[in-house]
Amino acid sequence: MRSRSLILGAVLCVVVVATALISFIWTPYDITQMDIPNKLQTPSLTHPFGTDHFGRDILSMIMIGARTSLAVALVAVGIGMGLGVPLGLWAAARKGGWTDEIIMRGNDLVFAFPALVIAILITAVFGAGATNAIIAIGIFNIPVFARITRGAALSLWEREFILAARVSGKGAARISLEHILPNVMNLLIVQGTIQFSLGILAEAGLSYVGLGAQPPVPSWGRMLADSQTMVSFAPHLALVPGLAIVISVLGLNLLGDGLRDYLDPRIRVART
Amino acid sequence: MSLLEIQNLDLSIGSARILKDVSLSIDKGEIVAITGESGSGKSMTAMAVMQLLPDAAHLSGAVQLAGRDLLSLDEDTLCTLRGNEVGMVFQEPMTALNPVKTIGAQVAETILIHSDTPKAEAMQQAADMLARVGLPADRFPLSRYPHELSGGQRQRVVIALAIAQRPKLLIADEPTTALDVTTQAQILDLLKELVSEFGMGLMMITHDLAVVSDMADRIVVMRHGEVVEQGETRALFRDMKHPYTRALFEASGHQVDLPALPDGPDPVLQVTGAVRDYALPRTRLFAPRQFHRAVNDVSFTIHHGERVGLVGESGCGKSTLTRAILGLEGLQGGSITAFGKPVSPAMNPALRSGLQVVFQDPYGSFNPRHKVARIITEPFHLLPNPPSGADRDARIAQALTDVGLTAADADKYIHEFSGGQRQRIAIARALIINPELIIFDEAVSALDVSIRAQILDLIADLSRKHSLSYLFISHDLSVVRSITDRVLVMKSGQIVEQGVTEDVFANPQHAYTKTLIAAAPVLPDISHLKENAHV
Amino acid sequence: MLRYSLKRLLSLVISLAVASLVIFAVIEVAPGDPASFMLGINAQPDTVAALRAELGLDMSKPQRYVAWVTGMLSGDFGTSYTYRTPVAQMIADRMWISLPLAIYALTLSTLIAFPAGIYAASRRGKGGDVAVMGATQLGIAVPNFWFAMMLVLIFAINLRWFSAGGFPGWDKGFWLSMKALTLPAISLALPQSAILARVMRSSLLDILGEDFMRTARAKGLTRRQALWRHGLRNALIPVLTIIGLQFSFLLAGGIIIEQVFFLPGLGRLIFQAISARDLIVVESVVMLLVFSVILVNFLVDLAYAAVDPRLRSRT
Repeated sequence: MRSRSLILGAVLCVVVVATALISFIWTPYDITQMDIPNKLQTPSLTHPFGTDHFGRDILSMIMIGARTSLAVALVAVGIGMGLGVPLGLWAAARKGGWTDEIIMRGNDLVFAFPALVIAILITAVFGAGATNAIIAIGIFNIPVFARITRGAALSLWEREFILAARVSGKGAARISLEHILPNVMNLLIVQGTIQFSLGILAEAGLSYVGLGAQPPVPSWGRMLADSQTMVSFAPHLALVPGLAIVISVLGLNLLGDGLRDYLDPRIRVART
Repeated sequence: MSLLEIQNLDLSIGSARILKDVSLSIDKGEIVAITGESGSGKSMTAMAVMQLLPDAAHLSGAVQLAGRDLLSLDEDTLCTLRGNEVGMVFQEPMTALNPVKTIGAQVAETILIHSDTPKAEAMQQAADMLARVGLPADRFPLSRYPHELSGGQRQRVVIALAIAQRPKLLIADEPTTALDVTTQAQILDLLKELVSEFGMGLMMITHDLAVVSDMADRIVVMRHGEVVEQGETRALFRDMKHPYTRALFEASGHQVDLPALPDGPDPVLQVTGAVRDYALPRTRLFAPRQFHRAVNDVSFTIHHGERVGLVGESGCGKSTLTRAILGLEGLQGGSITAFGKPVSPAMNPALRSGLQVVFQDPYGSFNPRHKVARIITEPFHLLPNPPSGADRDARIAQALTDVGLTAADADKYIHEFSGGQRQRIAIARALIINPELIIFDEAVSALDVSIRAQILDLIADLSRKHSLSYLFISHDLSVVRSITDRVLVMKSGQIVEQGVTEDVFANPQHAYTKTLIAAAPVLPDISHLKENAHV
Repeated sequence: MLRYSLKRLLSLVISLAVASLVIFAVIEVAPGDPASFMLGINAQPDTVAALRAELGLDMSKPQRYVAWVTGMLSGDFGTSYTYRTPVAQMIADRMWISLPLAIYALTLSTLIAFPAGIYAASRRGKGGDVAVMGATQLGIAVPNFWFAMMLVLIFAINLRWFSAGGFPGWDKGFWLSMKALTLPAISLALPQSAILARVMRSSLLDILGEDFMRTARAKGLTRRQALWRHGLRNALIPVLTIIGLQFSFLLAGGIIIEQVFFLPGLGRLIFQAISARDLIVVESVVMLLVFSVILVNFLVDLAYAAVDPRLRSRT
């Protein structure tokens, strides 16, 4: 049961990542070319997932859309980890002090702005685009990582091996890097997987409402938005991108759960 | 027919055999102690009687309570027996109670599920029972929550809810292990009184032979899931037929062979009027900060080669004092000097390298991701020119062989070692830079008695070899008595008595020291028992 | 308890103050002058100046911030640049769709998640647990707006049980309106209930391993009695946190779902405002969303204290 979810998750993730990578060198059709005579075709041998209202090949668009999704989610996790983890370590090292207080209150404040609200604010001011989606999701990831890092680090600071390191004259920064960070790494890997999957969902949502990647860059969320008026007579337009999202997110979640069981079953992930 | 008859009980969980052919019995009004080291199966025997075993458990044999075979009963019938005919008290009072329910409700619940008593009457009975165990309702209203009580008080609540239905059998699993000696003595007295008052049988599970020696009618000694010896308490101690019983007894009262004190007063550590305050959370929004004085005007000196003990109960300030001596936390008053130089969080590495420590928890003291070599060389960080290459390897090998391990152990991870071996590694880490003073902070408290005896011998050996000076902090009086030359008794942040160990134990001056020594359980004097047998 | 509540209240006020500063600052960074934007390129300078004065744009930034905040406190959210109507009125009209939708969805989510989580925990490792956990795994992976489209496809287009979107208005009848909100609420609630069910299950399993559960069993309580009387209330503490966080997600997620179902709620309002660069509306709606998130978290903090006596007595 345990390893099964790890394997299934890993396989799904490999498929999604491979799809995105292959799209750089090859796609079945060129999606910048319209092919109006062949528009709205249902799945067939020539177009496995059919074509859209401009006659573009859905499979090719899904492949390139995977790129957008993965890139946005990956960079957003990077921002969240890159800023959140050091903040969490710092807050834990200064437990109870004003640094800790400011970092944690700042966290609470960011939590009050769901990613969508941040995206709305950014878009209202700077206009829509994939970069803004990345920033919005990334900002929202910071307190997630800061909080779980701090929580795990705090319990480690109580452990006697940290006292032993202090008796050996090591400072807070050195202890954080040498003793705390390696011991919270498993937790961060698992949470990172979960945040990655949430990032894909968030990107799809933002693109759907037009706050994400702009045309002509294909994205799964906008493919869904485009399909909405045609869903009654061309349901495959809505089905295929939706399933692509479900498969990616499911794969990452299964991978996260599998990794958790494999690395340390006591890890608790935060999910909202 | 005895109240409880366990016959040829076998228990396996999955593929592990936990209990092998265990047979014992308990009579009405009788106290039977089951004792042994960790992994002996003593707690599992208790859980088998309660029939609260993991799902994967497989039992065979017979467990008869008042003539009924518990193994043949279905779960619903067992529920009517638990809490009603057999009650149980657990080791950890801090977590044994539901934090979100009042103590009154938790005691009354036992009554309500086993009888048709109306709620108000059940609460009244709960109040009576709580009063009986020493928590009268005028001082401890039924509406109290567990977190508002101390550990000892919580254990009284657990006892009250276990005996609320006046069961025929009470099982107590290490009921005092988590408590201070003085509280332990009170809880043991309470249990004894309750047994004679209610005519219950008591199955008392403990690792501490001294605790049961003056309390149990009979003792069952277990090892690796088997009963190695059982008998009437005095006869068992007198004869000790099985070598393991003898080994356990000797390890429990182990006396180490401490080398003589070196001559000449050469102070290593001087603590003068040390004061350490902690800020308490504000009670009102803008109230002035309140402080808790954890260490209050403490003064003492440790001389070169001297072995000093520090005893006190939990919360007396000994851990806080340790941290101050190690220069991890500053003082609010007074001073600490080591080798004539002031100790503080800002002290230089050279000074710090003179003070090392061995902690209590053999499982929490090491970074699980590091190998032994990296763990024990961590103090090298304090040296201006840390040894490297062959020199480093030689120092590691030396430190490991000093503590009875081998040089090859350096390449292993910590999870490959047992609790006793881990404490050896902790000592190796403390010794590797040849500190002037080592602090043993409850360093043997988490170990089984036989392992504890070995570690104490190791400390004595090392004192002989390296003329160590150390401060040995412990709540266990018998350990401190054997391993130190001088002892400090601490209470509420103050040193209430200090002097030569033997003098203090033989002739305590301060009232608190007297209470402490009186409360500490002692092993029976076997020679005395043997003489009496001949009379 | 009072002290605890006051402390949380103080933290609420500070959060609101900081949040309003952040929102105001971000909106201030926006390029372009709303007055010129509203009047078009051919406007006379003196008309623009007059409009600027009317909109309060001629004041200094601190003055405008103070005016905005004090206005909101007295229920005056300013005037929409594009519609020239009070923002408060526009928000109030739309609020009566977005808020009921979020509450409807939260209720559904809780009603589904609690039994599912409790059931899974009580059947740990058995078939029922595996089935529920598998379903939640899928539920987490499904984007709610796509789920909404699928619901429309099945229940509105194929089965014709519901209309595909739109909202009749509460004055046309309560049940009619509730019916219009049902598919949106289900599509919001199901993915959230998957998360909540998992939290409920793992929280209960944690509690089942606690010492006091063993004490409860030793008293003679059956497994089920111990779970209900001692497990549930303790397990509720982490679950409450998630419910609080979910409310803000449902409110924000509702913005997207409103697009799927063409509901004239806050979501429609904010997207219209963004495309019209009606920043005062964006500013106020965002502030309102943030306010509701902070308020819900404050209420969750109070609920903690009701569940956990340790919080009531501590500081």
